[in-house]
Amino acid sequence: MTTAAPGSYGTGPEKLLSPVLSEIWDEPESWTLETYLRHDGYQGLRKALAMPPDDVIALVKEAGLRGRGGAGFPTGMKWQFIPQGDGKPHYLVVNADESEPGTCKDIPLMFANPHVLLEGMLIACHAIRSNHAFIYLRGEVVPVLRRLHEAVREAYEAGYIGRNVLGSGLDVDITVHAGAGAYICGEETALLDSLEGRRGQPRLRPPFPAVAGLYACPTVVNNVESVASVPSILHRGKEWFRSMGTEKCPGYTLYSLSGHVVNPGQYEAPMGITLRQLLELAGGIRPGHRLKFWTPGGSSTPLLTEEHLDVPLDFDSVAAAGSLLGTKALQCFDETTCVVRAVTRWTEFYAHESCGKCTPCREGTYWLVQLMRDIEAGKGTLSDLDKLADISDNIFGRSFCALGDGAAAPILSSLQYFRDEYEAHIEQRGCPFDPAASTLWADQPSTAHQEVNA
Amino acid sequence: MTTQVNLGLPELPAEDYPDEVRARLEVDAKEIIARYPGSRSALLPMLHLVQSEEGYVSRTGMRFCARMLDLTDAEVAAVATFYTMYRRRPSGDYHVGVCTNTLCAIMGGDQIFAELKEHLGVDNQGTTEDGTITLEHIECNAACDFAPVVMVNWEFFDNQTPDSVKQMVDDLRAGRTVSPTRGAPLCSFKQTARILAGFPDTRPGAVSASGSAGPASLAGLRLAKGATAPARPDAAHGLVPSQGESTAENGTQEGEGQ
Repeated sequence: MTTAAPGSYGTGPEKLLSPVLSEIWDEPESWTLETYLRHDGYQGLRKALAMPPDDVIALVKEAGLRGRGGAGFPTGMKWQFIPQGDGKPHYLVVNADESEPGTCKDIPLMFANPHVLLEGMLIACHAIRSNHAFIYLRGEVVPVLRRLHEAVREAYEAGYIGRNVLGSGLDVDITVHAGAGAYICGEETALLDSLEGRRGQPRLRPPFPAVAGLYACPTVVNNVESVASVPSILHRGKEWFRSMGTEKCPGYTLYSLSGHVVNPGQYEAPMGITLRQLLELAGGIRPGHRLKFWTPGGSSTPLLTEEHLDVPLDFDSVAAAGSLLGTKALQCFDETTCVVRAVTRWTEFYAHESCGKCTPCREGTYWLVQLMRDIEAGKGTLSDLDKLADISDNIFGRSFCALGDGAAAPILSSLQYFRDEYEAHIEQRGCPFDPAASTLWADQPSTAHQEVNA
Repeated sequence: MTTQVNLGLPELPAEDYPDEVRARLEVDAKEIIARYPGSRSALLPMLHLVQSEEGYVSRTGMRFCARMLDLTDAEVAAVATFYTMYRRRPSGDYHVGVCTNTLCAIMGGDQIFAELKEHLGVDNQGTTEDGTITLEHIECNAACDFAPVVMVNWEFFDNQTPDSVKQMVDDLRAGRTVSPTRGAPLCSFKQTARILAGFPDTRPGAVSASGSAGPASLAGLRLAKGATAPARPDAAHGLVPSQGESTAENGTQEGEGQ
């Protein structure tokens, strides 16, 4: 089992990190076709077009790429599920609805290098025999929308998209579609309903999108980062990809550090790096403070604590530690943070975003918010804690889609690790924390941040 | 003074757009519909389109969408009211959204939102008397490494403080040009809605504005590259970049909020 980049023996940043997707983000005009072409852009597509589609699927499968949108499902296998010779149109839909609290990797990726996504989409279209692909981008990110519009325009003009792509006979159209504000549309079947012009509510499965997806036709829904990882596999080979990460979770990925960290940001590393290693790279928790709790992959993944600093951040190891790798959104909170406040806010979020389709989630999140607000305000009772756990238990695994599970996760995990803090709110009839101590400017009366926009 | 009495009667059908407006919007709507294999897929972009006309999704706008897509008014209203980006009443030229989801809230978003409400004299979803600004607290906008984050017309204002945001809204109300940390110099909410409908921003320099990536996006890349660059000997073993370095990174974003 290897967890580091090839030939790495030390622990310096250059050994621990493996920028591939982010490799050209510091170029002056990284988002242009011209810059992308100077850095092997569209070379993976050329290789793919010279291969039979099934060989492309096999290659992605053998490389071991697992979906980067949270669930870790093998990307190649998803492609293989598309029935062939069925006479129906096939569709590729890129899930660019990045909305999971804490998750912030796809937005900078598409902003800095939209062409790597387009190249991955073209390879996928060739593999699954699709002639029309969509990017479902959440609406609230206009700077990214601008660059996607521009990249698609450039790629059409240069013959990478459109009729007879690079003389291969493949016809592909790519449509950029902006959503309108709904977290639930990150759920793939809700996304498809939304893309069909409906309220974004999840669909019953089966049938799965591979059989009846967009317009009831075979459809692959892939996360941005998953698709954007494909060109490098084609260009540099599956052995190269498998030389990074773990045996079951090969390759590199974007880890997003946020919160009370000295240098928050994107850190692209082989799968299986630990939070301790990442924090060392990022300068640690802000001076004078220590880590209290963190999410491995957004707010829907159960909280972890300091004792989990050395858990390898791959799908299997994080699951074994009782959480989920999710989107690798590492939100770090120090000891100034009230866990009840944090969880109340997430719970309000889930209640707001619950689509209303199923009863456990719609009603359950409503009651969870009432209980959490009372406890945070010091108006709760000890029996409320059992009620919280009971309602969460009735939502978890009993809801129509994963939103319900996500709503229960922060409550159940925070009760597991910080029950005493809930009790303190109840016994002291109020919150024992000072919110001002948690802010970005709490310890720095005059920081560089404050000069921005001043 | 007359008293309005609600008799519980159904509303009269919405009025149509004036002919000139309808003719213009029809051209755009047809272009949107042509992008999709199924016409109903055009509904979300078309709701952005009618929002670009009036600044909100009016009953007239919904009726227009229904007519163009052969849907009922009720089917369109069901969709328009599901998504948070569609406004249901006239509001300001600039939508100021303060992220108060957990991470931004804790990093200072709650304080920013509280101070901004007081500064502008409006509550959540309220519009200032001059019609310039509509304030709203928003959910996670996928920029947690830049917390606390404020969005104005859905452009990124990263690493904000109460003072920086108050200055920014004062600039907007004074009619000064304001540029985000990531994104293009602000245009009006209506113009933003037109981009969301799928019509590219044609302003010169809009696509390239604010550069390739924000400082936090480059945090890992700089360490990885610095390790082999002779100019950054510290990065090979010193894993904690100094405060001075992060100041320099922020310095590359000069010229915002003028």
